[in-house]
Amino acid sequence: MNELASHPPSARSGRFLKDHLFVAVCLLAAGLCIAVLGVLLASIITQGIEHLDTHLLMNPPSRKPEKAGIYPAMIGTIYICLVCAVSAIPLGVGTAILLEEFKPRQKTLARLHGFVQLNITNLAGVPSVVYGILGMTAFVEVFKVMGSPGDPVWTLGTPENWYYLQLPFGRGVLAGGLTLMLVVLPIIIISSQEALRAVPNSLRQGALALGATRLQMVWGTTLPAAVPGIMTGTILAMSRAIGEAAPILIIAGVVYITFTPEHLMDDFTAMPLQIYDWASRPQESFHQVAASGIMVLMAILLTFNAAAVMIRQKFQR
Amino acid sequence: MFAIKPSGVFAAALTATALTSFGVSNAVHAEDLKGSVKIDGSSTVYPITEAVAEEFGAEYRKVRVTVGISGTGGGFKRFSTGETDISDASRPIKKKELDKAVENGVEFIEIPVAYDGLTIVVNKDNDFIDKLSVDDLKKIFLDGTTVKTWQDINPAWPAVQIKLYAPGTDSGTFDYFKDVIAGKTGSIRADMSVSEDDNVLVRGVSGDKGAIGFFGCAYYFENADKLRAVPIDGGAGPILPAKDTIESGEYAPFSRPLFIYVNAKAVDRPEVNAFVEFYLEEGAELAEEVGYVRLPSEIAELIKQNYLARKTGTQFLDENGEKIHGPLSEVYH
Repeated sequence: MNELASHPPSARSGRFLKDHLFVAVCLLAAGLCIAVLGVLLASIITQGIEHLDTHLLMNPPSRKPEKAGIYPAMIGTIYICLVCAVSAIPLGVGTAILLEEFKPRQKTLARLHGFVQLNITNLAGVPSVVYGILGMTAFVEVFKVMGSPGDPVWTLGTPENWYYLQLPFGRGVLAGGLTLMLVVLPIIIISSQEALRAVPNSLRQGALALGATRLQMVWGTTLPAAVPGIMTGTILAMSRAIGEAAPILIIAGVVYITFTPEHLMDDFTAMPLQIYDWASRPQESFHQVAASGIMVLMAILLTFNAAAVMIRQKFQR
Repeated sequence: MFAIKPSGVFAAALTATALTSFGVSNAVHAEDLKGSVKIDGSSTVYPITEAVAEEFGAEYRKVRVTVGISGTGGGFKRFSTGETDISDASRPIKKKELDKAVENGVEFIEIPVAYDGLTIVVNKDNDFIDKLSVDDLKKIFLDGTTVKTWQDINPAWPAVQIKLYAPGTDSGTFDYFKDVIAGKTGSIRADMSVSEDDNVLVRGVSGDKGAIGFFGCAYYFENADKLRAVPIDGGAGPILPAKDTIESGEYAPFSRPLFIYVNAKAVDRPEVNAFVEFYLEEGAELAEEVGYVRLPSEIAELIKQNYLARKTGTQFLDENGEKIHGPLSEVYH
């Protein structure tokens, strides 16, 4: 009895000590992350709260910090993110379906498949400024061979229509949104692939065994099961798009603008650019306006994400 | 041809009325004037152009003005293809950029709008440096220098290690500094803390006793309580950067002019002409408000006459494409 009481507890306490230590280390790691985030948020909120009002939300920028507003940049950001989402999600999910659901068996095609896969994985790690240059070449410069933005070779509608299109594009909302699409496409493809891969194969085999076509299998079985995962990836991708300054700086380059875009070809600016400009001003009070801008950006980001989370919840039921 | 003539006449008429009775004629034209003015270029000049655009927009409500910050070089790239109407520049146009513009048939009017005094700063606690000559700066900043501590410059100074802080190497500010210190062939050492954001340089120098850095005077004026500006001896005794010494050109060789370049064809559009004339009228006041130094009034008058005469081309390159140096009063005559 005595021996049992004296020996095992020490062995037990050694094992449990390690166990407790492990939990403590995990807690410390998580705590540090949250502490850093907390410090960041606290410093931004204390700096930015003063200028955060309806004046900031409803007015164009100004040389005077107390008069400066973020309205055109806010609308610009919302527009390019919409263009980005509308173009990137179908393209990204479509590519993921091709890569996951229709894997080729033939040798050369399989090799091509592997090559495409490798490239997409690599693209996810490319710095966003490179996408800015790519977007510049692909959407702004290429069509310049045919004409100039002031003298388009082809138009659809007039500048009074929101869908006004012209070739060449110029540095408008469409070119900006499509460039952001390039930035987020690899992220959406990879996360959608992960989501599709997580769908049990038995579901696919079941659908096919019941005589479903591949279209019916993907559309009715695999895709709905993968939507929550796809949405998670899309949220991450859009969060990245909304915060990107470098590609937008290359495409738009504009910071001072007093009007909001009226059509897809119109000039625009985005919030990260405006915030960057304010933060690099010499005057201390502009740094506070920058902090207020960051708070607005975060609020929009959270709204976007909340919408996506709600869609995800709906599909998970 | 036919289409150009009337608008040219209109622009001339607007110019004439603007000259005689600026306020009254503006009130009539300002409300009706439509169109857009596209501006891009230097982020150093941006605060001035932004201020002008803001005031201009209050009067000319229907004119859409956009101002970008692609940098001096990036701005010229767009300007030389006729994509923008006006280019902000923190240095004169380069030979290559000029050739590109000529190739594309773009003519321009060069307008200096303000002075910036490139300020050499050290830490607040650094009380031993009373002045630096251009040669001292060469010893500190040139590539391949053997100078490591302040004692290597002046034996009376302590053996504190020198730490260097500099703006991004493709900024106009760095270009100008390099031109003065290293000239055409030399190069600036690479072991510096470099940042595109001048506020980072301010923080760096103010937290490091041995530090030395340089940036535009607006950042120094705003942070004068955290940093110490070094009087610079350009040959005529040490001079501190201040509004009057920069304006008079005494603060040599680090007083530099800032420019806007205006597309000569775009000036035929009344909204662009109105904007440039507004810039010439109000620019000096607004430049001072955002932290720069206004041009002396004689030079400002000369520049205004240049614009009204639509004098195109640059004053900073000779026939062989060589750079012309010197204060504005000598370059503009």
